[in-house]
Amino acid sequence: MKKISIDPITRLEGHGRIDMYLDDAGNVEQAYLIIPELRGFEKFLEGRPVEELPLITQRICGVCPEAHHAAAAKAADAVYGVEIPLAAELARRLQYNAFMAGDHATHFFALGGPDFIVGPDAPAADRNIVGVMREVGSDLAAQVIRMRKEAHEVAELIGGRRIHPVSMVPGGISQPVSAQTQARLKEIAQFMVEFTHAAQGVFARSLGKHPEFREMVMSEEYTSRTNYLALVNEQGQPDAYDGRIRIVNPDGAELLTYHPSEYLDHFAERSEPWSYLKFPYLKSIGWHGTSDAVAASLIRTGPLGSLNAATGMQTPLAQEEFEKVYAARKGQPIHQTLLYHWARLVEMLQCAEIVQRIANDERLIDPDIRTIPGKAVGEGVGCVEAPRGLLTHHYKTDEDGIVQSVNMIVGTTYNYPAIQASVEKAAKSLVRPGAQLTEPLMNRIEMAFRAYDPCFGCATHAMAGTGPLEVRAYGPDGTVVDRIRRDHEGTIHHLDREEVEGR
Amino acid sequence: MTRLRIAAYSAAGCGGCDIALLDIHEHIIELVAAADIVFWPAATDFKYFDVEQMPDGSIDACFFNGAIRTEENRHVAELLRRKSKLLVAFGACSAMGGVPGLGNFYGTEAILERAYTTESTDTLGGRPEQSADSPVPALTSRVSRLSDVVPVDLEIPGCPPEAHQVWAVCQALIAGTVTPGGIAGAGTRSVCEECSRAKRGVRVSKFVRSHEIVPEPDWCLLEQGIVCMGPATRSGCGARCTSVAMPCRGCYGPAGDSIDHGAAMAAALGSVIDSDDEATIRSIVADIVDPAGTFYCFSLPSSLVDRARRTEVGR
Repeated sequence: MKKISIDPITRLEGHGRIDMYLDDAGNVEQAYLIIPELRGFEKFLEGRPVEELPLITQRICGVCPEAHHAAAAKAADAVYGVEIPLAAELARRLQYNAFMAGDHATHFFALGGPDFIVGPDAPAADRNIVGVMREVGSDLAAQVIRMRKEAHEVAELIGGRRIHPVSMVPGGISQPVSAQTQARLKEIAQFMVEFTHAAQGVFARSLGKHPEFREMVMSEEYTSRTNYLALVNEQGQPDAYDGRIRIVNPDGAELLTYHPSEYLDHFAERSEPWSYLKFPYLKSIGWHGTSDAVAASLIRTGPLGSLNAATGMQTPLAQEEFEKVYAARKGQPIHQTLLYHWARLVEMLQCAEIVQRIANDERLIDPDIRTIPGKAVGEGVGCVEAPRGLLTHHYKTDEDGIVQSVNMIVGTTYNYPAIQASVEKAAKSLVRPGAQLTEPLMNRIEMAFRAYDPCFGCATHAMAGTGPLEVRAYGPDGTVVDRIRRDHEGTIHHLDREEVEGR
Repeated sequence: MTRLRIAAYSAAGCGGCDIALLDIHEHIIELVAAADIVFWPAATDFKYFDVEQMPDGSIDACFFNGAIRTEENRHVAELLRRKSKLLVAFGACSAMGGVPGLGNFYGTEAILERAYTTESTDTLGGRPEQSADSPVPALTSRVSRLSDVVPVDLEIPGCPPEAHQVWAVCQALIAGTVTPGGIAGAGTRSVCEECSRAKRGVRVSKFVRSHEIVPEPDWCLLEQGIVCMGPATRSGCGARCTSVAMPCRGCYGPAGDSIDHGAAMAAALGSVIDSDDEATIRSIVADIVDPAGTFYCFSLPSSLVDRARRTEVGR
């Protein structure tokens, strides 16, 4: 059997490799998305005081530190059984939504955007943020930079630091938001709403400009009829900071709703010998593997999951965008994987509007920001919707709040079975007998995972870098018969067997 | 003038260092005006292949972030060392082992065991193996900092390094004024020197945990009994954590000539405790929960504690 690898995959957060096994005719029989990294947070957090976990766990991911910071703080609140004061909750929510909006902007323009703003088949050297900026023009490019900068400024204003902010503590936040800070937050919020609203058209314009991308979006190869998961408020609208979990089936009918602390009743994670990352599945459906043939047993989270499993959006401008697409669908979910990019824009807009709503709330600067905890209850679950999907932190402690055990399931992990199915489906349709293994073709396989904005750093509580794209062809006996590399200009190099063995 | 060739890479880190590099914001335009980014996987599509094809020593400066946790991390560290004139340990993980280094309290076996025995794990399908033919690279026996596996020319501390410090180092690179050896992008004193909270000369008779009190504004956190690593930690961050009433956790590494953060912190504590009686001092210090995890939160693999144990068990 012949084996082809894409090693490692690029323009994502974290590290991964795709291995494809071909039958004698040259069809892909099986494709695996392998995650080769593990840092072991769940072990070394044992023995740490629980109030340190909002600080330490965000080192799982410097791209989405606030997600871990907030989930950890909420789990620690629960460990102590404390309700936090309103001003603290408002500050956390504001900071969290600003982070979500900024993170979505980063993915849309810097990581995912090159594939559809510059184009799926554009030269590799242009498929990056520089190419995107050239394409969207200097005005919008400057605004993208400003959006990232001001999202980080919010983290700094409330959390002290732009990356790895520190202000969420068990029982609330570390210090009140000042009136002066609030004034600046209002300005930032105004810009965020303007920017995220103006950005809504970028995806549609890409569809118009790149018919080959539009074709990919609507194609069966990039479609998976799965279940969808969202963290929602009481009205069933997405709420990134808090709520209940709602899951709908591929027809949009509700499968179940549960409180985040009940996650063990509903989810288990399957481990496999070929990847460090585990595969969550819904216990009521059971484990059926990860191929698209069993899509109806898979769950998807992240922006598309949020919108599909929601009844609508919380805020007016985001609701308008939501209705443009869902009004005609009568509750039917969107199954086109590449529309994650569109859903990300809508979620980004809602987050910006929430930032503005809270920034203008006078209760934000109330000085009562802490409930001082007593003895620990001993167990707590904290859950947020991270940019890449549902994030769960579960801690057990002794009565002094010293951590005894930790379990975490992150958004990319929840999505891993579906990402695996999407990659396999794309690989099977693109790598055919006689098909030329070109660089753009390989990139199209990578687009199947990139839509999810995966963070394999978060997922494995590890973050390795990314590297070259290398395709290896193996003979029936497992020896390397060909090695194909693409360089930064997109040129494909065939390296002979001796060179492969000589490494 | 020939353009600089710059690379950046992330091993076992969190990606925050890549974001810190992006956070020089508009200065990126000035950077790319003077330098070619020849490898930066987080932001560009340049590949290992491109690096392997480069002549040895042809990268002027490589910012390497993340610790060494897998055999793959080690392999890339060796590759980039060969190709780079100036190899920079960028950020706490690369310079000192960082938060992933806390894994050295437990060892690789225990880490793997826990990852696949959590409450939600179902191992009916098997679990990753640490063998040569496994599809996943093996974890190294312990977490190492970059300088444990290859020679390093410069360190930029911080978790992550502050953007203005990163930009200052980039400017020095562009101007050609970087001197290899030692630490860049940081101060030479302690975080206390940058902290706006006033010391009142009050001595501590009881330590409290950060969630147990709302500290008074503008007053030194350590004097209020919150364990703050400020006096034992190198300056350069601008004391951002204490600016929002949270204690320093030491991500810039030990201050001054100290090579062991815990030892430096123990010395600092000695000078603030309100007693000269050994038994009393001992009971006051006993209030500090998890001193090892706190004092070595970012530096365990580079600590004397860890090195002593390593010598004991062999490598």
